[in-house]
Amino acid sequence: MLRFILKRLLITIPTILVVITITWGLIRLAPGNFYSGEKPIPKAIENNIREKYGLNKPWYVQYGKMMGHVLVLDFGTSLKYEGQSVNGIIRRSLPVSAAIGLSAYLLALLVGITLGSLAALKQNSKLDYASMALAMVGISVPNFVLGPILVLIFSLTLYWFPPARWYGFPSRGMVLPVLTLSGIYMAYIARLTRAGMLEVLRSDYIRTARSKGLSERQVVMRHALRGGLMPVVSFTGPALAFLLTGTVVVERLFTLPGLGNYFIQASLNRDEPLIIGIVSFIAITLLLMNLVVDIAYAYLDPRIRY
Amino acid sequence: MPLSKMNNNGNLLEVTDLRTYFDTEDGIVKAVDGISFQLKRGETLGIVGESGSGKSVTNLSIIRLVPTPPGKIVSGKVIFDGQNLLTLSNEAVRHIRGRRIAMIFQDPMTSLNPFMKVSRQLMEMTRLHLGHTKQQAYEHAIKMLETVGIPDARARANNYPHEFSGGMRQRVMIAMALSCEPELLIADEPTTALDVTIQAQILELIKRLKQATGTSVILITHDLGIVAGMTDHLLVMYAGKIFEQAPTKELFATPGNPYTKGLLRSVPDPTAEQGELYQIPGLPPDVAHLPPGCPFAARCDRVQEICHREFPPFVQLTADHCSLCHFAHEVYEESRAEGARSSESNL
Repeated sequence: MLRFILKRLLITIPTILVVITITWGLIRLAPGNFYSGEKPIPKAIENNIREKYGLNKPWYVQYGKMMGHVLVLDFGTSLKYEGQSVNGIIRRSLPVSAAIGLSAYLLALLVGITLGSLAALKQNSKLDYASMALAMVGISVPNFVLGPILVLIFSLTLYWFPPARWYGFPSRGMVLPVLTLSGIYMAYIARLTRAGMLEVLRSDYIRTARSKGLSERQVVMRHALRGGLMPVVSFTGPALAFLLTGTVVVERLFTLPGLGNYFIQASLNRDEPLIIGIVSFIAITLLLMNLVVDIAYAYLDPRIRY
Repeated sequence: MPLSKMNNNGNLLEVTDLRTYFDTEDGIVKAVDGISFQLKRGETLGIVGESGSGKSVTNLSIIRLVPTPPGKIVSGKVIFDGQNLLTLSNEAVRHIRGRRIAMIFQDPMTSLNPFMKVSRQLMEMTRLHLGHTKQQAYEHAIKMLETVGIPDARARANNYPHEFSGGMRQRVMIAMALSCEPELLIADEPTTALDVTIQAQILELIKRLKQATGTSVILITHDLGIVAGMTDHLLVMYAGKIFEQAPTKELFATPGNPYTKGLLRSVPDPTAEQGELYQIPGLPPDVAHLPPGCPFAARCDRVQEICHREFPPFVQLTADHCSLCHFAHEVYEESRAEGARSSESNL
């Protein structure tokens, strides 16, 4: 097991380097740069800027410098937010994204697993149809539609929650972003849970459990849930990584100072160090979460050994 | 002995006119359609039939494990030790399941929970029904695993099902089923998924444990070779009905039903120098759309016009030998004549 984890961690390193190289290349290929605005700037000033940031050097020198930053996990200074280190920006914005993301994640798990299990246990009942219809809506409605609708109802009509901005954790301001963010995950988890549970509930070992005289509750909690939730486990790892590292749309929608929002700004600004920093961070988190899922699988299913 | 155990003429189980139907898109499937039988304490009853004849559903109905919906026990009585299981509360039935009636299923590969250590799966039984503490249950589990012949049981108890071979898993299932000393053990094709050599071991084990504990057994199988040496009585099922019912020896010697005769002829006989093995022509009928007459008529080699028109009577041939056939007496007499001839030729 330990060998497996070490091996996986080692594989992670080249993967991240490839991701960063591609990102760096894409930034270079995109037209424009961080200092150009609507008005063209004089050639002399441009040369000074290029000199200052080392943009006049050959590409491999620039690439090497960037990689040097990545390898020590210190991504340098932002080009746009002058004087602010990239690490500082990530450190400041991550808690916002994580607070929203983790809350949305837990909510999605709680509601998704509950609804999915109930739907499976009462297959073809009204409850089953209602929750699966709801899940279908949740999957079909994109969050940039769901968000404004929620704002329209709960902020602008009912005045229950603020429509935007960050008010700290915990706060009423989190409610709408969390709901918007968790919607699709909730729906997806509900469907995965239902499908997984239905399959397990029909399996031979559940019939054995019933023939032992266990109550329906014991059959479900002790015997069915574990197998039924395996598909959910493999989905939730990457989902958690995405949620923690900020979701561009929701943070933009509710103007939250999270990682996702900075990521968009950095891309628009061609803020290379900030983009590289955030991409590296997201890539590392995603790969680690996948590793966590694999370890969890081995822990949950004794038949899987690495 | 408590009073309830004295009555019913020593019958542990009396099934009367049991009907279990499945509501499918194809129509109502009468998986079990009006069957009745009795089982005495300490006896072994064999239920034989082709796939889909209703043998498994019969036994799932007895302990009310038919998946509902689509299945439904439409009518009938299942009197177990004086109580009708079909009218008991769910709660009361749960106290009987596992404790007094235990089951072993066909496929030991999938019938144990793959996520749970074997010891826990066994402990669950005695903690639930006998009120064992964790420690007692653990010791009992190991004792049971030793009883069914699992070598090094103490170490193996902490393994997961996938770490056992098929035969060993079926032993674990048996250990689990017998851990509360049930009065009735229902074994649903317990050896079908196993190698032939392992089959014999498992059957021997069931036989030995049955003799040691006095448990009654219902053995479901499609293999006549298995029931011959194991059972006291036999039921032959076809299309949800009992086609023939008799003591095992009598049924083998003098079958009173063309279907039973067909089944017996399709067992390979190593002593006979026959060319091709006999097989009953055709396939079992679609139980959702049964014709009005005898369900076996289309495959029967002595079919008459009446067989297609009228449902056959359940004819009583001797005190405990019945057959569902318009020509039960004729078939029975034929079998007796054949039996007499073959014993003459053997002399």
